[in-house]
Amino acid sequence: MSTKNSSPRLNRRKFIAVAAVAGASGAVNPAKAAAVTVPETGTRLPSALPPNARVAAAETGAAPLPSGGNGRPGSDFMVDVIKTLDIKYLPANPASSYRGLHESLIDYGKNTMPEFLTCTHEEFAVGMCHGYFKATGKPIMTLVHGVVGLQHAAMAVYNAWCDRVPVLIMGGNDLDAAHRPPGVPTFHSAQDINAIVRDYTKWDDTPVSAQHFAQSFVRMYKIATTPPYGPVALSLDAVLQNEPVRDFGEPLYIPKFFASAPPQGDGGAVKEAARLLAGAERPVIVVDRVARTQEGVRLLVELAELLQAPVVDQGNRMNFPNIHPLGRPPSVIGQADVVIGMELSDYWGTVNGFIDNGNEGFGQNVSKIKPGTKLISISSVDLLTKSNYQDFQRFQSIDVAMPGDAEATLPALIEAVKSAITSDRKDAMTKRGDAIREAHAKGLDAAKQAAAIAWDASPISTARLCMEAYAQIKDLDWSLVSASGNTSNWAERLWPMDKHYRWLGASGGYGVGYGAPASVGAALGNRDQGRFSVSIQSDGDLMYAPGVLWTAARHKIPLLAVMHNNRGYHQEVMHVQRLANFRDRAVNTGNDLGPIGTSIMNPDIEYHKLAESMGWWAKGPISDPAALAPAIKEAVAVVRSGQPALLNVVTQPR
Amino acid sequence: MGCVRVFVPVFVVLAALTGAGAAFAADAAKGKAAFIQHGCWQCHDYAGEGSIATSNGKVLARTQLALDAFKTFVRTTNGAMPPYRAAVLSDADLDDIYAYLQSLPQPKAVSDIPLLNDARSK
Repeated sequence: MSTKNSSPRLNRRKFIAVAAVAGASGAVNPAKAAAVTVPETGTRLPSALPPNARVAAAETGAAPLPSGGNGRPGSDFMVDVIKTLDIKYLPANPASSYRGLHESLIDYGKNTMPEFLTCTHEEFAVGMCHGYFKATGKPIMTLVHGVVGLQHAAMAVYNAWCDRVPVLIMGGNDLDAAHRPPGVPTFHSAQDINAIVRDYTKWDDTPVSAQHFAQSFVRMYKIATTPPYGPVALSLDAVLQNEPVRDFGEPLYIPKFFASAPPQGDGGAVKEAARLLAGAERPVIVVDRVARTQEGVRLLVELAELLQAPVVDQGNRMNFPNIHPLGRPPSVIGQADVVIGMELSDYWGTVNGFIDNGNEGFGQNVSKIKPGTKLISISSVDLLTKSNYQDFQRFQSIDVAMPGDAEATLPALIEAVKSAITSDRKDAMTKRGDAIREAHAKGLDAAKQAAAIAWDASPISTARLCMEAYAQIKDLDWSLVSASGNTSNWAERLWPMDKHYRWLGASGGYGVGYGAPASVGAALGNRDQGRFSVSIQSDGDLMYAPGVLWTAARHKIPLLAVMHNNRGYHQEVMHVQRLANFRDRAVNTGNDLGPIGTSIMNPDIEYHKLAESMGWWAKGPISDPAALAPAIKEAVAVVRSGQPALLNVVTQPR
Repeated sequence: MGCVRVFVPVFVVLAALTGAGAAFAADAAKGKAAFIQHGCWQCHDYAGEGSIATSNGKVLARTQLALDAFKTFVRTTNGAMPPYRAAVLSDADLDDIYAYLQSLPQPKAVSDIPLLNDARSK
């Protein structure tokens, strides 16, 4: 209702509807429209046209079905927008709230660019987007039901946020409470669906016109793909999808996308960092999410060789080749006089230790570095910190902090280091490098000896599991797409990681249920590049969203999943045991091995049958180490033929 | 089980290591059961090979610690490993666990495992 002191207003839905009907004759006819419903007279002019007969009827009657006869659906225009951004796939679970766009994508858009991939759960659809990006460097999009679908997706969105991965999410929603269908669609609508994920997305919006959608979609893509990368969300109003698209008097246009240059560290800070590194006796380079590309790997190698400094790769990406003799374990950080940390997810945890000894609920904090050690940081994440979720970790004071993208900053840093190294330092640096190379070789020997222990054990040791798998894929262009089980990092320690796609890192947020979906998504990306995808798949992880197995089979995504089946939520097995010990109580295991509530046994899950039921080639359970090689060989042949294959391997815990 | 068959030699080894009859009643088979019952396997794996993630790479199989040192560590550790005090793990169980760990087979030589020769090689 308007009052005498307020201007008559139309909501957006009425306005669009008026414009749409009037559009059939080529122009809005204010006199005709006004003849239907005359707004109350006021002292100010109407800011919009009053509703016509259709709108008036809609106000009091049932919401009409979307009409295909009143012009081009808004969702067709949305498809035009989407197609400008080279988005290859769209894994999604279907939902009525985005039915307009769904129909346009597959019929108007011919189901290409993007191709709709049928998913049985929103969480793994987002996980697939996550893994795909890490294998290809290109984002893909998903569609979710506004409320319940986005709630399903939320954990995977958080993983993508913590792992700095762009995922384009659009959630269907029906904003108009007076006209949307009652019952289920109203249960599944919200004022602001993006609020569900706002704390862990980089940006979100709710477009209210076709032009607004075009701007926001291109904007979301640009924001998501500018470091620091991150997931983004659009709320997709049902009416906007279904009503005929209108231009409101201005020609519709699709903004052209130009990638932003990644932010770089400040020039002065780069010089200061170079000065500290060049003058250091024992500099250490620590990296976590530096290399987005093979060029990033090359730049990091160049910096390390220039400084003859050890590199600690924390492994959220394959940053530094483990075959390079300057690669070293985290223990070298304790000897450093200068540490440069690049794109670290936890700088405090890099230079401090925390022992979870459980005494009265507090752990012990210990510094890992010597007093006076200078700390340098390059991190794009410093440019984007939110408040609620604590992924920013504990605060660490840094001597030279550069908010910026590390890969983009490396060329300037390398040049600055070249200038800062004085000739009198070169002999010392060469000696330092020689010592690191020697230690690296010894480290490899030690790792091999550790791997040899329990080599013939049953259940199968995690070292044997990993090396048997490697033996069958080593001649292929392989990519380890996920290691969701904790297999003592054997693959990262013993497989030769020489390219950026050899290892794609972990989940980011440690939300369990990432492994299988991200593996399938990465395998999809690798499939198109001719790479062979292998995952070390843990049992607990697989049971969060096993439907992704069906999606992989349905869409012929080749992936070798070698299971690390230790029959428990093993981290929790140890946590409960730890607490029981501190409380001097013998832990209650029921009839299982681990504390009650932590084991996945009795009955043991037959993962091979689970996979078979969803169209995978599968074999198991395998607990005899001698049976592993022939089974993996068989599975590799299946995967090379274009199908997914799973081996259910019963293993040692870790 | 192999661990039962090696009980006698383990006893001899233990006696030599500890210099006394501390392990006089140690039983590797019972030790294996205790190792599992009390959750040692959770961080150290069933065969005592350990993990870089959960036991900092420490290998328990055929541990070089003397029995007394081993027991002292288990009772008093306040680091990454929680202590096992006598209320939940008896001295006798600890003796048996030690015997089990000593009964585990020697690891193969790396040179006898061709797959390890592929480690980090392209």
